Amino acid sequence: MKRVLLSLLPLAGFLLLAWFLMVGLHRDPRAIPSPLVGKPAPAFVLSQLKAPEKNFSPQEMQGKVWLLNVWASWCVACREEHPVLLDFSRLGIVPIMGLNYKDGRSDGVNLLRQFGDPYNLSAFDGDGRVGIDYGVYGVPETFVIDKHGVIRYKQTGPITPEVINKTLLPLIRELNNA
Amino acid sequence: MLRNAIRTGLLCAMLCAGLCAGLATIPASADVAQPVARDPQLEARVTALTQELRCLVCQNQTIADSHADLAIDLKNQVREKLAQGQSEKEITDYMVQRYGDFVLYRPPMKSTTWLLWIGPFLILFCGIAVLARMIANRRVAVDAMPEQDMQHAAALLAEVPEKKETP
Repeated sequence: MKRVLLSLLPLAGFLLLAWFLMVGLHRDPRAIPSPLVGKPAPAFVLSQLKAPEKNFSPQEMQGKVWLLNVWASWCVACREEHPVLLDFSRLGIVPIMGLNYKDGRSDGVNLLRQFGDPYNLSAFDGDGRVGIDYGVYGVPETFVIDKHGVIRYKQTGPITPEVINKTLLPLIRELNNA
Repeated sequence: MLRNAIRTGLLCAMLCAGLCAGLATIPASADVAQPVARDPQLEARVTALTQELRCLVCQNQTIADSHADLAIDLKNQVREKLAQGQSEKEITDYMVQRYGDFVLYRPPMKSTTWLLWIGPFLILFCGIAVLARMIANRRVAVDAMPEQDMQHAAALLAEVPEKKETP
């Protein structure tokens, strides 16, 4: 009996390793947990995309639950996300602020003119410095920021209706009631 | 016999897997395109540091190797910060604050990563232990041959030269 158990040991070890590898197959290597979740949103002051003479700073959003959506005209996945974001913005549940990341000002403005503007306003981050502060590595990215300016959730990759219904809406409701 | 063969095969597979996992934690040093350096000393530090940082866009490359937009931006940031007199540690912390431990090519030893660091050696050790046991058992089996069999074997061996003489 002991011999049989002992001879099964390597098989058990192999199966354990295979299980780890199999789980690894189904994980998205691009979804990296952000160390910023639970921390205050990094401060910045940037000019607005459509009104360069005006500034935007996250400080202005104190007391509100809001979304910061990082986008760019050159980003293909953002195009995919755009109509979803437009529909979501029409519901008027949360203010959606854009961060136009490493883009040309006219390119960004043109895209919004052509496809519609889901943002309350967009801040223009031409050199991507603010993007780096927010740990942006795969546009589009979306941050949910609470009334105290703390980042509560980060979505890397496009927002889908499923993400809105399953993750964003419950979280926003919870944060609004807090 | 077959069971032994299977067992040995599995053991080898386990040892190989352990070794591969161990080797995978050692980063390969690839050729890096030499940047145009104004200050070669600074540039050497930039290269040394960026080789320790993972590019988040193309995840199997270092920031030094990668030509992704973000990697170039981060390389510039590293250069700027070093020029400002910040230490390597400060810059690494700055990156970890934004991108998490994932940005480090050498994950730090933590409660969540100790398995990653010592796991391969653990598997190797288990393999060696099992192998040692198996070899030890095999020797005992040979020694423990029954007396009767030994005599029979000796008798058979003694017969051999006689047979050779009669063609």
